[in-house]
Amino acid sequence: MPKKHRFMHFLGCIIPHRYPSIQKAAELVFEDLGMDLLDMEGATCCPAPGVFGSFDRVTWASIAARNVTIAEQANANVTTGCNGCFASLWDADYELKHDEELRKAVNESLAEIGREFKGTIEVTHYVDALYSYAGLDAIKKRVTRPFTGVRMALHPGCHWMRPKNIKKKDDSERPHIFRDICEAAGAEYVPYKDELICCGAGGAVRTADVKTALDFTKQKFDSLEAVGGADIIVTPCPFCELQLDLGQVEIQKHFEAEYHYDIMHVVELLALAFGHEPEEFGLTTHLQYQMRKNEPNWEQLGIEVKKADDATVTE
Amino acid sequence: MTSAEQEDFHLIDEVDTEFVDMIKNTGGPNIQSCYQCGTCSGSCPAGSRTNYLVRGIIRKALLGLKEEVISGQELWFCTTCYTCTDRCPQDVKPTDVIKAIRNVAVAEGYMLEPHQKVAQKVLEAGHAVPLDKESWEKLREKVGLPPVPPNASSHPEAIEDIKKIAKKTGFDKLVADKEE
Ligand code: SF4
Ligand code: SF4
Repeated sequence: MPKKHRFMHFLGCIIPHRYPSIQKAAELVFEDLGMDLLDMEGATCCPAPGVFGSFDRVTWASIAARNVTIAEQANANVTTGCNGCFASLWDADYELKHDEELRKAVNESLAEIGREFKGTIEVTHYVDALYSYAGLDAIKKRVTRPFTGVRMALHPGCHWMRPKNIKKKDDSERPHIFRDICEAAGAEYVPYKDELICCGAGGAVRTADVKTALDFTKQKFDSLEAVGGADIIVTPCPFCELQLDLGQVEIQKHFEAEYHYDIMHVVELLALAFGHEPEEFGLTTHLQYQMRKNEPNWEQLGIEVKKADDATVTE
Repeated sequence: MTSAEQEDFHLIDEVDTEFVDMIKNTGGPNIQSCYQCGTCSGSCPAGSRTNYLVRGIIRKALLGLKEEVISGQELWFCTTCYTCTDRCPQDVKPTDVIKAIRNVAVAEGYMLEPHQKVAQKVLEAGHAVPLDKESWEKLREKVGLPPVPPNASSHPEAIEDIKKIAKKTGFDKLVADKEE
């Protein structure tokens, strides 16, 4: 039997603390595809690349490196479902492997806590695990509930594939990998002009000025409306998901505009396509539904469900 | 001299000849390759809706107009989407240059309060977005997960590690509330 792929599962902040359905869906999907996710005990914030990377490069790289050393000790590659965490962990790992001076400074701070960055593992994103480790064929074989006829727009986000010359993942002007994975779920891909622009949340902009951040998001929705809208928007990032999902509620407050898009992380899309029921990973816990006290548009998604129970978060 | 040029003229503040070197040493080594083509600004989703102009900031930085560049609030509108970096014909890596300039700004005391709060949260809880309410634990239980994840939320020693790192790099002082 071929060796099972195993990854240290880096959760970050948004997935485990705000969109836990993504964590649960990832566990289901990785198991279905025969890949192990190991708990990364004591991992912290990646740390938030926009704020920490903008504040102090050495501190940013040191905290990220501490997280990487947890995986080094387990001798397993890291995987994360967040573009932001990926930006911190992958970039720090890369810079530490290529910049002697930074590595020296970082290892001086890590010495304070009895750790050392060795550079022995790789940092991956769920997108890599799905595409390069499991493979499209294995994903397609596992699909038992294809999203046939569902109009699917994509929001790939930025930090998995950019900067393209360093990450060498995909052509960031004409990416296909994320789309290939999502299309394996059987939905109909809907292109729209602003598919590749940023959701607006990154770089510490959402924290500094939520209205400006939402203005990016609104542009994306309007661009999608211009081609007739979609039944679902899929993203590989929980921060983008928060911005697109909860963002709809916030846009309604800040602008005179109302949108109703169901937003899913790619592992949530695949969990459903693999035949899991929405309540197995709590799809209805998305903050949009909690705030609006509503549910996904099951009919449009082609999913039959029993009545889901009431909201947990009241804010 | 026309009046418009005169107006531009008095915007110029003290020239700091070390500013470019500071940027080069803080993660923006290619800044001097910029030939001001404007591809970055033309690609920039932040520039299309705010007064943030990445080409202009790089120009001013190259001229040594440090104070003007680091004190501008618009410096914080870049979402670090890296579109400019992928398109810059000179490999300036404008995103990294902006992050380096932000590092200089923060070192000189220009930081926005909400960002300071986020940084403080990481030092207190180990997470920028912490598990700070019971309702978040309930949400986790509702999706079939244990109420507390195996990250710093259940590992106080991890938070101690972060504090030690921040003390070593001086980050704790950098983001501490300033005494009135
Ligand atoms: S795209 Fe590059 S060379 Fe052109 S103005 Fe921007 S930073 Fe300078
Ligand atoms: S990385 Fe920043 S400066 Fe560059 S295009 Fe994106 S928002 Fe604009």
